[in-house]
Amino acid sequence: MISSMPTFTREEIKHLGDLARIALTDQEADRLKGELNVIADSITKVQEVAGDDVPPTANPIPLEAYLRPDEAEEPLTQEAALSGAPVTESGMFVAPRILGEE
Amino acid sequence: MSAQEELVKQSASDMAAQLRSGQVSSRELVQAHLDVIEAAEPSIDAFLQVSADQALEQADAFDQRLAHDGAEGLPELAGVPIAIKDMIVTKGIPTTAASKILEGWVPPYDATVIKKLKTAGMPILGKTNLDEFAQGSSTEHSAFKPTHNPWDTERVPGGSGGGSASAVGAFEAPLALGTDTGGSIRQPGSLTGTVGVKPTYGGVSRFGAIAMASSLDQIGPVSRTVLDAALLQEVIGGYDRRDSTSIPNPVPPLAQAARQGQNRDLKGLKVGLVKELGGEGYQPGVEARFNEAVSLLESMGAEVVQVSCPHFPYALAAYYIIMPSEVSSNLARYDGMRYGLRVMPPEGVPQTAANMMAATREAGFGDEVKRRIILGIYALSAGYYDAWYGSAQKVRTLVIRDFEKAFEQADVLVSPTSPTTAFRFGEKMDDPLAMYLNDVATIPANLAGTPAMSIPAGLSDDGLPVGFQFFAPQMRDEVMYRPAAALEAALEEQWGGPISKKLSTPWLDGLAQGSTK
Amino acid sequence: MAEKLMKYADAVAKYDPVFGLEVHVELCTNTKLFCPAHIEFGGEPNTQLTPVSLGLPGSLPVVNKTAIDYAVKLGLALHCKVNEWSQFARKNYFYPDMPRDYQISQYDKPLNGEGYLDVELDDGSIFRVPIERAHVEDDAGKNTHVGGADGRIEGADHSLVDYNRAGVPLVEIVTKPIEGAGARTPEVAGAYVRAIRDIVRALGISHARMEQGNMRADVNVSLHAGPDAPLGTRSETKNVNTFKGIEKTLTYEIRRQAALLESGGEVLQETRHWDESTQTTAGGRVKTDANDYRYFPDPDLVMVHVTKDHIEELRAQMPEMPRERRARLKKEWDFTDRQMQDAVNADAVDLIEDTVKAGATAAGARKWWLGEISREANARGVSLQELPISAQDVADVEQLIADGKLNDKLAKQTVSGVLAGEGKPAEVVKKHGYQVVSDDGALDAAVDQALKDNPDIVAKLKGGNMKPMGAIIGAVMRATKGQADAKAVSKIVMERIAKS
Repeated sequence: MISSMPTFTREEIKHLGDLARIALTDQEADRLKGELNVIADSITKVQEVAGDDVPPTANPIPLEAYLRPDEAEEPLTQEAALSGAPVTESGMFVAPRILGEE
Repeated sequence: MSAQEELVKQSASDMAAQLRSGQVSSRELVQAHLDVIEAAEPSIDAFLQVSADQALEQADAFDQRLAHDGAEGLPELAGVPIAIKDMIVTKGIPTTAASKILEGWVPPYDATVIKKLKTAGMPILGKTNLDEFAQGSSTEHSAFKPTHNPWDTERVPGGSGGGSASAVGAFEAPLALGTDTGGSIRQPGSLTGTVGVKPTYGGVSRFGAIAMASSLDQIGPVSRTVLDAALLQEVIGGYDRRDSTSIPNPVPPLAQAARQGQNRDLKGLKVGLVKELGGEGYQPGVEARFNEAVSLLESMGAEVVQVSCPHFPYALAAYYIIMPSEVSSNLARYDGMRYGLRVMPPEGVPQTAANMMAATREAGFGDEVKRRIILGIYALSAGYYDAWYGSAQKVRTLVIRDFEKAFEQADVLVSPTSPTTAFRFGEKMDDPLAMYLNDVATIPANLAGTPAMSIPAGLSDDGLPVGFQFFAPQMRDEVMYRPAAALEAALEEQWGGPISKKLSTPWLDGLAQGSTK
Repeated sequence: MAEKLMKYADAVAKYDPVFGLEVHVELCTNTKLFCPAHIEFGGEPNTQLTPVSLGLPGSLPVVNKTAIDYAVKLGLALHCKVNEWSQFARKNYFYPDMPRDYQISQYDKPLNGEGYLDVELDDGSIFRVPIERAHVEDDAGKNTHVGGADGRIEGADHSLVDYNRAGVPLVEIVTKPIEGAGARTPEVAGAYVRAIRDIVRALGISHARMEQGNMRADVNVSLHAGPDAPLGTRSETKNVNTFKGIEKTLTYEIRRQAALLESGGEVLQETRHWDESTQTTAGGRVKTDANDYRYFPDPDLVMVHVTKDHIEELRAQMPEMPRERRARLKKEWDFTDRQMQDAVNADAVDLIEDTVKAGATAAGARKWWLGEISREANARGVSLQELPISAQDVADVEQLIADGKLNDKLAKQTVSGVLAGEGKPAEVVKKHGYQVVSDDGALDAAVDQALKDNPDIVAKLKGGNMKPMGAIIGAVMRATKGQADAKAVSKIVMERIAKS
């Protein structure tokens, strides 16, 4: 069954922005709405040929995972690990206030 | 022509030969290119970072090693400098993916390909410009600056790897590395008259390549000749246990295939013209050069057949679902916590971690990246997963099957690399769909994981380069190198030298006269 | 805000609870699930990281073979269908302690599929818990909240993040909805999680220390009017990390939901948290599509293949499972249900077994490990294993008693000496000159003196009242500084009384 082409509203775009953790401005949301509606229109055609009998492909080269031995290698020093951090304290990365269920 | 200009205009393999015969040192090669970079950058803007000190240090180390131990065991390109797309992680050299969100990040580790280059004694000249996180087809989406096409600096070099392509095209570097997710090595190659190769997916380790769309990304060579690309792929290719998608096989004999091709004997080779990659939407000048090149292949003994890949028209749509889906997840880690930019929310907004992340990502990502992240989040969401992501993965299967059937009828497939030549800055910036169409001929190879390459096929009516694309079966990269080298040799005979002979290089005029030796 | 609760007995009389548990078990591999960073509890913050576990740009995960082997063993122990082909998927959500802002987990192709675990309840009956899956995933880092009261998230000013734990392998064991436990729901849940703890310890695949967060459970429960009635809305209580907490969460949630339903209210589909200090669950946010994790196959990882042969190899390495072993030992040792349960709860089964192997009787070994030595362990706040006394030491003390060389009191003093680090039992005995006074003249003299000093007691003993015997023994003990053997004393007293 081919589901109909989605039509984005500004609210939906803002909501997607929340899920993406991007504080989109109203202006951006409006512009994205227009652009994404055009893009969505053109890509939704994948459904035309995606029959039930066609298996999905996640990786183009069929491989099985190499399982590595459980042997330790030299880790990053604490200094190297923290070297790019915007804010640190006591050898740790600093996060602003975390709310319960972000 | 100054000796320096003469030196930098050689192919990488010729430079390598001079290194071994002692005619030139690695330091001299590096210095010559640093001089060109200094002279060319004001008009080209290919580099985000020039790592002159490290490059000279590496060159000296190589020169010493060559003097003490000789060239035994070293790859042919040992000592030849190279530029790196800023999508690949380099220890101690800032790596940004051309994004404000990573500005100033200095990685504490090297990508596998960088380790291999260092082991091979190939000095790293610097990091080249790209569309932010490799998302774009013109390098205009770089957060820092646009890169100019050496053939016409009013025009884009293609993308996302416009920096690497322009650097090699403008003689700022003899070689470069790119990453190709939907054509980011091949399309800029086409637009700048250079050679660009996307190896088989899994043929070159992705460890240390900043992920855009993991199941499509592949690192590959950017060069001015087919042989140089083959030699470089032999250096960077091969199995890597740090990349679970790496193929546990040795690199096929690529340089050997390229050298064989230079004999220009293609008897017994079947070349398949892909019916779906041509016609409407392709610039007449592009089609003309393409057809002439096909005739040349025929004249060297190749048998040309037409093949149909009926699902290729769906490839672009599938790509624009799979790619943004993976992008939305791969780019989640840029959240202002561990590295890169942090922006606190504006006054009046609670100063929480979640709001910090949202403010950071709003300020740190450009429009195209945001567009793809939002699209990807949507494509993966519960209500649309089956209709979009699931269907796109099925299209992927169909595209792979199309390739398999086509390769039953032909050894290699061919098409124009890009439907058009280089376009002007701003021309497609406000029309994402028009921009996306640039990659219509390159995307099928990424979806199917097959190797593909673009080589110059001449100039279009507008005087700008046209690219000719070869596809080979998965894990059979050598199969495309032979006809590519043959076509290159035949075309160069017609042109009386490499295509770059037709390129005017005013930035080289100011270079110091006299020998560098 | 106190919530209305129904009496538990009324709640379970009126409603059938349907519950489910998601138990997370940290595997004790040497390195992380996807990178070769060594794992150690309590290390300096951010020192157990590679570019992969810090989520640096460009880094890629590679699966740890041992983690997969451990997870397969757990799957076999839980009678799961172990899938030859499984796949890692990304679970996408933002959180500061997740280096990639997605968790690598398994979704529609888990390593271990359906299974079950038979758990033994207090009365010895068996309850079969149906298992949906047991999949592999990586753990997140740890946040320390600063600026607020007692490290709690509420009121904290900011948080410090240590990513050392990020990437530690976890197996998440998900039950199917469990029905029919009725009033015993909390008991079944507690027994189930304890059984998992015992299994992973027996397999040697997890330290399984609840207090270090090696095991954590999410507890779901809903109520319905009866087996045929439609299922109610369920609540999910996250990250409960004590056995008692799991049991109390269920009791509380059953009472709370029953009261809600009774008053015509509506149970919200929400995430709650168990609060140890108030012994209640507190509501979190109502589930919305923010919990749409946008799972998709991780394109950085290809399918994991565990061959049939390898599964059989692992099966052959499986030790006897705790419940079967316990049943066997209980029978061998002739313990009551209660005695065996106490030994299990004190984590003393292995120690008792070793002590018996070293020559002691099971009853003797149990007496020491669950008595004197357990008290000392509790006082010091350590496990039995961490005390400086071995199974051999305990067996040696028992042997000295059997040989009549120590009495109970001296034996206790000897054990105390060993626990105090004074050496092996023989050394302690020698050092203090512990010696039972049993059959020499000194003992006879001491008894005679005691009888002489207590004529009233002698009279009672003669009259057949044996109760005051203790007073005579006590007097003899005092006189011999505790080295008398109580049995010997009482024997001599009986002889004197009979003679006189």
